[in-house]
Amino acid sequence: MKPAPFRFVAARSIEQALQLKAEHGDEARFLAGGQSLVPTMNFRLTQPAVLIDINPLTELAGIKEEPGERLRIGALTRYRNLERDPATARSLPLVHEALPHIAHPQIRNRGTIGGNLAHADPASEMPAIVVALAGRLRARSATAERWIDASDFFVGALSTALQSDEMLMEVDLPVAPRRSGACFMELSRRRGDFAIIGVAATVRLDDDGRCAEARIGLCNAGDGPVFAAAASLSLAGRQIGDKEIGEAAELMQRDIDPGGSIHASKEFQRHIAGVLTKRALAAANKRARREH
Amino acid sequence: MSIDTHDITVTVNGTSYRRQVEARLLLSDFLRHDLLLAGTHVGCEHGVCGACTVIFDGAPVRSCLMFAAQTDGHSIDTVEGLAADRDHLHPLQQAMRDCHGLQCGYCTPGILMTMKVFLEENPAPDEAQIREALSGNLCRCTGYQHIVEAVQLAAERLRR
Amino acid sequence: MATRNFGAPIRRNEDARLLSGQALFVDDVELPGMLYAAFLRSNVAHARIRAIDVSAARARDGVVAVYTAADLGAYWAPGPLLVPPPPIKDAVFNPRTQVPLAKDKVRHVGEPLAVVLAQSRYLAEDALADIAVDIDPLPAVVDLEKALTQASALVHDDVRGNLAAHVRQSRGNYATARARAAHVIGRRFLYDHGASMTMETRGVVANWDARANQMTIWDTTQAPVFLRNGLAGMLGLSERQVRVIAPFVGGGFGPKIMLFYPEEVVIPWAAMKLNRPVKWIEDRLEHFFATTHERGQIHDAEIALGADGRIVGVKDVFLHDTGAYNPYGLTVPINSQCTLLGPYVIPNYDSTFTAVFTNKPIVTPYRGAGRQHGVFVIERLLDLAARELKLDRAEIRRRNLIPPDAFPYNYEIIYQDFTQLSYDSGNYEPILDKALEMIGYDNFVAEEQPRLRAQGRHVGIGIACYVEGTGIGPYEGAKVQVQANGKVSLATGIGTQGQGHFTVFAQIVADQLGVEVTDVDVVTGDTDQFYWGAGTFASRGAVVAGNAANEAAKAVRQKILKLAAEHFECAEEDLEIANGEVSVVGVPGQAIKLGTLALKANPMRGAVKPGTEPGLESTQYFGPPSGATASGVHAMIVEVDPETFALKVLKYVVVHDCGTVINPLILAGQIHGGVAQGIGNAFYEQLVFDDDGQLLNASLADYLLPTALEVPHMDLAHTVTPSPLNPLGVKGAGEAGAIPVGPLFAQAIEDALGLLDRNVELNEIPLSPGRLFELTAKLR
Repeated sequence: MKPAPFRFVAARSIEQALQLKAEHGDEARFLAGGQSLVPTMNFRLTQPAVLIDINPLTELAGIKEEPGERLRIGALTRYRNLERDPATARSLPLVHEALPHIAHPQIRNRGTIGGNLAHADPASEMPAIVVALAGRLRARSATAERWIDASDFFVGALSTALQSDEMLMEVDLPVAPRRSGACFMELSRRRGDFAIIGVAATVRLDDDGRCAEARIGLCNAGDGPVFAAAASLSLAGRQIGDKEIGEAAELMQRDIDPGGSIHASKEFQRHIAGVLTKRALAAANKRARREH
Repeated sequence: MSIDTHDITVTVNGTSYRRQVEARLLLSDFLRHDLLLAGTHVGCEHGVCGACTVIFDGAPVRSCLMFAAQTDGHSIDTVEGLAADRDHLHPLQQAMRDCHGLQCGYCTPGILMTMKVFLEENPAPDEAQIREALSGNLCRCTGYQHIVEAVQLAAERLRR
Repeated sequence: MATRNFGAPIRRNEDARLLSGQALFVDDVELPGMLYAAFLRSNVAHARIRAIDVSAARARDGVVAVYTAADLGAYWAPGPLLVPPPPIKDAVFNPRTQVPLAKDKVRHVGEPLAVVLAQSRYLAEDALADIAVDIDPLPAVVDLEKALTQASALVHDDVRGNLAAHVRQSRGNYATARARAAHVIGRRFLYDHGASMTMETRGVVANWDARANQMTIWDTTQAPVFLRNGLAGMLGLSERQVRVIAPFVGGGFGPKIMLFYPEEVVIPWAAMKLNRPVKWIEDRLEHFFATTHERGQIHDAEIALGADGRIVGVKDVFLHDTGAYNPYGLTVPINSQCTLLGPYVIPNYDSTFTAVFTNKPIVTPYRGAGRQHGVFVIERLLDLAARELKLDRAEIRRRNLIPPDAFPYNYEIIYQDFTQLSYDSGNYEPILDKALEMIGYDNFVAEEQPRLRAQGRHVGIGIACYVEGTGIGPYEGAKVQVQANGKVSLATGIGTQGQGHFTVFAQIVADQLGVEVTDVDVVTGDTDQFYWGAGTFASRGAVVAGNAANEAAKAVRQKILKLAAEHFECAEEDLEIANGEVSVVGVPGQAIKLGTLALKANPMRGAVKPGTEPGLESTQYFGPPSGATASGVHAMIVEVDPETFALKVLKYVVVHDCGTVINPLILAGQIHGGVAQGIGNAFYEQLVFDDDGQLLNASLADYLLPTALEVPHMDLAHTVTPSPLNPLGVKGAGEAGAIPVGPLFAQAIEDALGLLDRNVELNEIPLSPGRLFELTAKLR
């Protein structure tokens, strides 16, 4: 399973990389971690004419915290570094909990958050988290730069809002606020496999211990990450207990459209989505209360 | 149509190699067939089995998912560099032998490179942590139990 | 003679090389001028081939040759039938064997259509895209029951109803027995076994030296001798001109003993034609189609019992998927048929199977070799019977075990080695008792389980018994020789894929010849080093080759004593061999090193007595009269999440009897590895074919091999009932771990979720959370 021939360019600068991408459009691909791209090239499912290696562009990696506000994560930040950075455990508990579920340590040693998000596999964990956290993503081309809300970024299976001349530069995620709890759960066949269903839930409480805001994101529940809007909204202003959680899980079913696979039927996916939504919300709520 | 080639200088097991490589040459093939370091094995070429794991700039990675052309200026460690010399195996290698942690030996180099770094970063792991660290390397022969014991034994010996 | 090493957990001789990346595997062979092959494979399961146009591929830079079936000329022929049908009365068997490159018709996805030889594998794969294939697709034969109907397409145009074989074996009279039985329980069982997925895929390197008139082939085969013999014949060479080397092989488990795979036949031919060395290494994607699998059977079985739970009879009618060709004969379904009987007294048995051709890759033995299917049926029938009779599951098994004084126990039906199924020795109840004790069965059922249930945890326990016919013939041989440097060399014809032969055989020889295990150098898998042998399969290596090594070492020992007695002018009884030398007992200083003696035995000049053989060397063969029956019990405690059906093994116990144990460390490794494969088979692995015969999960991302997180820690114990069929008393152990895991999972999960009480039965393997969800649908 050897890849088809291509021209390899080790990028010397961001500008050069963007210039090349603009020139070749969809015929060129950025090589970041390569953990999603290279398997498809070895299977010859993808045959780019030009591979632009952006690994030399170390300025694209790194985590900057605006204390109490947000974490700005460079697109080239490797998952392993995200895992080890104390800021992640401290400020992004949802990401911290999900990271051990993403593939395996060796994959995370190379795989980057930008590459994972740009690949946009509907079963991937991070897109669902970025959507649940209402993150923002910065894209840049040779001529322009823009911010894209997570809710607009994922447009379909393996498809994002990135134009053919754009590179993902940065992911901007809000720091977990006070009086909040988060929980990521997934059911997969083996640890590290893509989720059959994954749920990312956050709950923020107000001073009375009522839910101020809840957000529920799911992976592998549609052709992209799903934000269960109605379910999330239904919890606002209420004391979260089993009844409320049950109702939210019901509402969530309306927003998902799992495709089924050889590993799980659509019906099973729906069932698991229900089970994990309830469990994740209960856990997030409990964690928020502990913080309270 | 001309073939795209690149000059690379890469350090493998402490030795510097200058080579010209085709753009699409996988790092696993480069190590095995250009440098004749055939200890790194190929099991799947899609990043799942872990047999091809080498240490790249200090971190275990799948060499089947990298191109040789990417390695210019970087440093790689493979299983051939693990033992100090012919008569002195690395404690991990020795422990694997002592615990019968290998049968056909095909997945073994990938496991050694993974666990070498794991033990450096986790000098006193428990069984659950070892199994988690091992979960990215498939073995079809051993059922993993003796490998886990070997890693525990190696950890103990390295701590001494 | 001291047995220092036999039975000891000796560390392996071969490990230092493997651990430092210095062991040669087939893809490590590099030869000057080597060409690299890639095969164009069919992407449809069933079609007529109208034309294959390779002209564009031939014209590509870097491509040296492209061949199709037409180019092979008279060389093209279907492969030989490897295993003829056992001599069973009225057996129907329609052999159809695989071809080197498809001609006229394609019969499974992945079947090779053409081969490209190029300067690199990369270029060869580029050229595959240049080849234009014109085909007429045909309906794919996939479903076993539909395949047998009149309306079905035919995999082989001249085989009606896709009937590959039909075999009935029986003992006693089931119909009569059934009429008297107090209980009769019948069910349909589905058992699917998967692919071996060795970490090393297959590979062939062929080097034809036209000037030396010598062909050397490196191949990942488990049977180098038969491969050499067959290829020599095909290539028009004498056996002495062909050398087959199976170097270090990265796992075998069965499919690497399938012989005359298309690639094995084409690559040496291409090497001769082009006068260049040729290498073909199977990639993982190809491995899913190009290497054989096991697959599924459908059983309609029933068990008839007395009121006391004793089996009166069993009847089983089953369908077996043999794939597109059946070169391996009936080995797999015969094993299913015979191994169903298990360690139990089954006085009346009526078993019929129909092997069916399908448009899927060939089925040949994979660790367990069909035994799993049979064991699943009997163990499930016993579980269902236990429920109906309100007996404990362990108790119903206990009541039916063959008693220890009944050996050799003759089952009268024919086994895969063409002899009547006979269990040589065994003592089954202590194994069951030990397993129950180690898993804490009584305490679990009486206290643990109710306590945990009260906490809302769904835990269950399973127990499964099995026997395994091992160590079958025909024979193996070994040559032992003391070298001038005092080390001992051993050569044998079988190959090694990780079983520790380099150590196990060395232990046997070291004990006979009084040397260190590390001073015995073992060569396996090289036809120039040892000419004869059948191969590594059916858990026979240690038994058959081990005994041959023992016989050869004994013969060399005799030569040593004779020559040393002459040298010291004393009686042989006065001599002792230890620490690499022969000494006269009680006379210090009177000693001679083995190496020195070996030199003495090979004089450069002078005359020798008539009948003298030079050196201290002997070649001996061993062929058992029939197989030796190993046995065991597995027990497991699982916890199942009642909502997600995620499963966790809390405890796993194996009690195993493989007769005399040569190396307990290596034996433990075999058991662990077998269980891991069994767990994969039970809960993770399944080859998923669609109605068009397409394999939907041809990658390791979707064909799920268990990792260190899915395989639990296992507690092992052994009992020993030596085999009377060989001097060492050993029985085989290679496949045992894999055999009873399926029914164990079904039983334990049923118990954890209380399914039988709710009228849900798990009569199929594999299971998975998704499948458990479907099977329990009626409960929600």
